[in-house]
Amino acid sequence: MTTKVKEEIDFSDAAGSDDLTPVREMVQACIQCGTCTGSCPNEFAMDVTPRRLWRLVLTGQREEIFQSQTFTLCSACYYCTLRCPRGLPLTEAMGALKQLAAREGLTRHRQSILFYKSFLESVRRHGRVREMEFMTLYFNAMKNPLLPLRFAALGVKLMLKGKLPLQIPSKGGGALAALFRQAAELEEVP
Amino acid sequence: MKYLYYPGCSLEGSAREYDRSTRVFLTAAGAELTEIEGWTCCGASAAEATSRNLALALPARNLALAEKMGGTKEILVPCSACYLNLKAVEEKVKRDAALLDRINDILAAEGLHFAGRVRVRHLLEVIVRDIGPDLISKKTTRSLAGLSIAPYYGCQCLRPYAIFDDPEAPQSMAPIIEASGAAVHHWDMGGKCCGAAHMNTKMAVGMELVRSILSRARGADAVVTVCPMCQMNLEAYQDKISKLSGENLTVTVLYLPQLLGLVLGLSEQEVGLDLNLAVTAGFKEKLRESLDTAAWRRSNRLDNHRRMAADV
Ligand code: SF4
Ligand code: SF4
Repeated sequence: MTTKVKEEIDFSDAAGSDDLTPVREMVQACIQCGTCTGSCPNEFAMDVTPRRLWRLVLTGQREEIFQSQTFTLCSACYYCTLRCPRGLPLTEAMGALKQLAAREGLTRHRQSILFYKSFLESVRRHGRVREMEFMTLYFNAMKNPLLPLRFAALGVKLMLKGKLPLQIPSKGGGALAALFRQAAELEEVP
Repeated sequence: MKYLYYPGCSLEGSAREYDRSTRVFLTAAGAELTEIEGWTCCGASAAEATSRNLALALPARNLALAEKMGGTKEILVPCSACYLNLKAVEEKVKRDAALLDRINDILAAEGLHFAGRVRVRHLLEVIVRDIGPDLISKKTTRSLAGLSIAPYYGCQCLRPYAIFDDPEAPQSMAPIIEASGAAVHHWDMGGKCCGAAHMNTKMAVGMELVRSILSRARGADAVVTVCPMCQMNLEAYQDKISKLSGENLTVTVLYLPQLLGLVLGLSEQEVGLDLNLAVTAGFKEKLRESLDTAAWRRSNRLDNHRRMAADV
């Protein structure tokens, strides 16, 4: 049961044909002033600045957009959205790029994708996320034996405080299965 | 003061003390909470990063459940990430009827319907607006005089919707902290980002963001937060970050209602102080001292009053 998250995704290196149009529409009015870049707390770690990323979106440079880690480094602080002089929904645009990468299962963004998918799988099963199950799904999907060690100390601390309820892992009743199915089916509807 | 209560997943697990202190503090302040029946996950940051429809439907499901409950339509949310997910749906459907239809098409899978008649409110907004510093001063049985508290707001209760505070220079917590008798630690990190889920997927980046916040908290006796994700990021990695940066960055981190609960006379146990990951021995000592002194002063004052009354 724990490998499920991985099997569902067909990872690939190439960005497919998914449409950038919705993202382009969000940033259409960009005047390249750089306020977003200057406001971003994660800019120091980005390979492409937010301002440049919007330029790439406007000129349709798929390859460069999805090669870059910029959108996965957005922590949704909403500073850029607040300050953009054109009032553009930039955090949402970052989210839209994350969704495209997840939909296409881009290998380059595998870690973030598996993290979020594992989280949602636990929610689909039980309605509420079970932190232990979610992290187990994530570790198994990542297949990196060293990864759990990074979280071991914290896990023990939380457990000693009784903060990680030890629920028996289960597929659950698929508490939100119907909602998830409907959401997926209607995803194609513009 | 009646509210529907949406705790959110973390408050059942790693943020149990936030749930506990929110409930006991609000009750002590005279508010009434009714938990939304059958609530489920709001989607956290996972839905937004994966599917637009889930990012709408997961929060909307809870709003629809709230609408079905009788009485108040005000939903109180302590977690900033949950708050923003729920709030965004409330705000967006006001201006976009087509979006409301799309949401209801998905909710139909569960036989639910959302009409858009709820008001989502962050715990901090309720504390500063509905309860307010005056009521806290009035109900205060103890004082935190001598302690310096750094107010940490994080991002998503402030931005993008500027409902109750200045999203660039937040200050709503200051009068509340002052009402508790403590001093406000002045810093410019209150509204800065803790890195959210970066600690899990981009750890080095998350650590740098947290380091910059902790280093500016020096001099404060404690940092108070209003979000389980902020709390976890600020409290759980202090040793690691201290080691990496070569400076001692340990500091007590508490949830705001824990601090306020103590001031209203609740015990450390009642506000779940034993569950926090970063409460220094020094802080506990200072806290007890401060509470004791206040109690001593009050009883002393009473004695004086009695003596004076006897003299007359
Ligand atoms: S702040 Fe807005 S207008 Fe300026 S570069 Fe960024 S997206 Fe473009
Ligand atoms: S919302 Fe994302 S992209 Fe915008 S400033 Fe914050 S972290 Fe940077």
